[in-house]
Formats: sequence, C-alpha cells, structure tokens
Amino acid sequence: MDILILGILLGGSYALMALGLQLQYGVARIMNLANGEVLVAGSFGAFWFWTGLKLSPFLSIVPAALLAFAANWLVYRYVLRPLVRRAKSHGQLEVDSILATFGMSFILVGVMIAVFGGEYFSYSYLARPFEIFGQPYGLNRIVAFGGSAVLCIVLALWLTRSRTGLALRGVAVNPTAAGLVGIDVLKASALAFALGGAVTATGGALLSAFLTFDASLGVIFTMKALIIIIFGGVSDIRGAIVASFILGIVESAVARLIDPGLTLAAAYILFIAVLLWRPQGLFGRKSA
Amino acid sequence: MKPTAREQRFFAVAAAGFVAAAALPAFDDGYWLSMGITIAMYTVLATSWALFSGPTRYIALSTAAFFGIGMYTVGIGIATVPYPLLLLAAGLIGAALGGIVGLATLRVSGVYFVIFTLGLAELVRQLFTWVQTTMGTSSGLYVLVDTSERLVYWQLLALAATVYLAGWAIGRSRLGFALRIIGDDETVASHSGINTARAKVALFVVSCTFAAVTGAVLAPRWNYVEPTNAFSAMLSFQVVIMALLGGAHRLWGPLVGVVPFALIWDVISAQAPNQSTLLLGVAFLLIVYFIPHGVIGLIEKQFRRRRAGYG
Repeated sequence: MDILILGILLGGSYALMALGLQLQYGVARIMNLANGEVLVAGSFGAFWFWTGLKLSPFLSIVPAALLAFAANWLVYRYVLRPLVRRAKSHGQLEVDSILATFGMSFILVGVMIAVFGGEYFSYSYLARPFEIFGQPYGLNRIVAFGGSAVLCIVLALWLTRSRTGLALRGVAVNPTAAGLVGIDVLKASALAFALGGAVTATGGALLSAFLTFDASLGVIFTMKALIIIIFGGVSDIRGAIVASFILGIVESAVARLIDPGLTLAAAYILFIAVLLWRPQGLFGRKSA
Repeated sequence: MKPTAREQRFFAVAAAGFVAAAALPAFDDGYWLSMGITIAMYTVLATSWALFSGPTRYIALSTAAFFGIGMYTVGIGIATVPYPLLLLAAGLIGAALGGIVGLATLRVSGVYFVIFTLGLAELVRQLFTWVQTTMGTSSGLYVLVDTSERLVYWQLLALAATVYLAGWAIGRSRLGFALRIIGDDETVASHSGINTARAKVALFVVSCTFAAVTGAVLAPRWNYVEPTNAFSAMLSFQVVIMALLGGAHRLWGPLVGVVPFALIWDVISAQAPNQSTLLLGVAFLLIVYFIPHGVIGLIEKQFRRRRAGYG
C-alpha cells in the first residue's frame, strides 16, 4: 500500500518534467538531452532561494520558472534555430539537436559545478510526517505532489482550451500544415521550447523539497523523462501523466523491495517493456 | 578481395605509421609514453565508435558502459583466470551485451537507440554497485598484474591495427555498403531488400566488442577498478567529440581528431581541472555548429573546390 502511495506521489512530481520535455520534443521537435540538467538547475534555484532568501520552494517556482522561460527562449532563438534552419530533413534535425543538447547538458553541469561545487545538496522544508491511511508520509512530498498536480491541470486546460494552446497542438501534429493555416510555426516552437524548459525547472524546484541532488544528477532525470514520453506517446498529455505514475510506482516498488540504488534499473525495465510490446507508446497509434 | 594498387600504397603508409608509433617507447617512457597510451586508447574507441555511428548516423552514447564492463571482467577474473583469456572474455561479454542492446533498440528506427545508450553507463554502474554492496565486498577491485606501460601501449596499438583492418574489411563488404545506404535513407534501404536491423545490430556489436576489450587492456594500468571511474560519462562524451572533430564518415577521420584533441586536452585539464566539464561542452558545441563533418570534411571541401577551380 505505501509503495503505491509513495509511487503516486513521486509520479506526480515526474509528470511535470515529462510534460516539459513533451512540449520541447512534441511541438518544437527538439530532442532535449539537457532536460534533466534544466531540472537540476531548478532544484539549485529553489535551494538558493531557500537558503539565501528564505523563500519557500513553492514561491520560488515563480522566479525559477520565469528565469528558465527566458533562458530557454534565448537558447532556442539563438542556438537551436540555426540547426532547425540548416536541417534538410526531420532525421537530420534530430541528430543535430541530440548532439547540440548533449553538449549543452555538459555545459550546464560544468556551470553548476563551478557555481555550487560538486557536493550533494538538500534542505529541510516541511519535513513533518503526514498520515494517509494510518501511515506517515513526508508533508513535503505531499505538498510537492499537490503543486505539481495543480500545474499539470492548468497546463492541460491551457493547451486544450486556449487559442495559443490549439496552435501548439497544431504544430505538434504537422508543422507544415500548421504553417498553411496561418500559425507562426517558428514562434510557436520557440514558445513551446521555452515553456517546456520553465515547466521542467518548476518540476525540479518542487522535487528539491524532498530530494537530495547534486550537479551530475541530470542525466538520470533526462532518462526518466525520455522513458515517460516514449511510454506515454510523444504527443499525448494523458499518456505522459499515466506513464509518470506507472514509473513512480515501479520505482518505489524497486526501491522498497530490492534496493534504493536501483531506480534507473526500474526505468529501464519499463523502457524495454515498451520497446518490446508497444513501441508506439501507450496511447500512440501505430505508424504505417 | 584483392587490394587495389591504391589500397596497397595506403597499406604501406599505414604499416610504416604503426611501426613508427610502436617505436615510441624507445625514445621516451615517461610523459610521452603515457600520452601515447591515451592517444592509442581514444583512437581505438573513437574509430570503433565511428565504424557504427559514422555510416548509420545512429549516435551511440554508451562507450563508457562497455569500456567499464571490459575493465570489470578483468577485475573480477584476474585472480583465477589467465590475463589473455580475460581479454577474450571481455570481448565476448561486450559483444553479447551489445547484441542484446542492439536487438532491443535497433529493430525500431528512431531515437530509441540514442536514449537507451544515454543512460546505459549509469544503469550498469548502478547494477555493479548494487551487486558489490549486496555481496558484501568493498566497492572496488584491485587488479594487480605484472605489466608495464610499454606492454599496455603495444597492446593498444595492436588493437588499433585490428580496428582499422576490421573497418577496411567492413567498408568494402556488402555489410558496409548496406550501412551506407541505411545512413542515407533507411526506407530506401529496407525497400531494396536490406535487412536493416541485422546490419545495424551486427556493426553495433563490433563497435561494443572493441570498447570492452579496450577497457580490459587498460584495467591493469589503473590497478584499482571501481564503479565511478570505470563508468564515467565523460569517456563516452570525449569519444564522440574526438570522432566528430576528425570526421566520422572516413575510417581515418577519428585519428585526425584524437591526436590534437588529446594533446590540447591534456594541457587544459591540467590548467583548469574544475572547468573541464564546461570547456568540454563548449568545445563540443563549436564542433557541432562549425565543423559538422569534421576536419576531414573541411579538407575534402577545400580539395573539391580547388579541383573545380582548375577544371
């Protein structure tokens, strides 16, 4: 039972980073291997606001998200746009963006090590027990879950109800056709990439409330986010959210029953299962 | 397969190059020999990386996983099994694992392969750490063998020669031809009757085998093998950088990248050890943006332009 609850709490926090990557890959067509580093940067941001300014992690997501939005917009506009422009095909853009963001992930790790050092970081925030079905859980986990759930719902509503959200979904389905019906594809892609970065950094800020992190942890989160969106389907929010919960549950089961050091192995089990049985994802349609 | 006249000349030059390289320990067995080991190691790793990733354009980020597995094979077996057998075992284990990874990911096209390889080193590291802690041993292994720098260096040179021979043989075989078509257009390849999955997996296995054997050759030099140093993400990254810097589409390309990069990198990491990750990332971006086809690509472009000018 507590495996299930812990898993759901963890999955809720993963949902945000997965949605962030989904915006970047599904809409802007950038396979961002630096996603996990952006998340860890969000964690460092929250840490810094908490220890320096005594700003609660749930308030610090506002400056963290704004900063991440601006930084990601600049990165897309000045670093990734030239790649989009020079790519002759979708395949080439994929290879180029993988290489470029792989390089960026090392730059980000380098910057974080230079600023904060290579040690492990954690801080104590709302570290009080809270009882669900007679079992105590950390209050920080529950509040992080709640924050993440609210943000996910807002994001999903915005994507499905608003005009801009519609434009983004149009680009996700078919960039060429979206351009033909009057959507500014480049602008929409930049917006999606920046928003994706902001959502990911927010996820990092929330996760940092109960997680110990260090500068080189990013690659693990990148892997998890990638596996979630492959599992859930590249352009389907429902899929990503369901997949986040499944990953969260599998991971806490492995951590509890075998060893807490094997969380990545849990993610790989899911990955292999998807590859073998449903390469198109949970809600994805089979390609011809 | 009889070599053409041009290839024979090429062979002569290459053989002379190897003899010259093998004579290095006679002149200096301090700094330059250890530099030679670094260069030979990255030559093997980057060239075997480019064997697969060059023609197919599937970027493998898993060199460190296989390198570390080779190292651990030696670390675990050294007390009971003779060393030459361990090299063989490392190669076989690397090949088997590469086969499994390839079969799981390369049958479906797309980015799955890249993603799978990205976390592979970290996954294997977690597994090894877990096994070692649950079995109650310490987290590292000692590899104490009677060896010398020279011996390691010559082994690596022999390995490099093998990589080049294998690359040459693959390049002119049906397999190599199939891979070039896959790299140009995978749909065309499968429509012209190529079993794309089998070709990709076969070459990935070759590439992984070399990485594992390299790890096994270097294990005695390190004396002590532990998860954090055997499966370092930096290794995979550096291999990709060097191969791209030289040019991954030619067999000799990675060598052109490895030699200057290893020399410059040695100076940089001594001067600014704390900024090395950052600088490596910047160097990588510069290469991806400004010389996407590597130094070899630049030279070829100049060459073509000049020829066009005269003609």
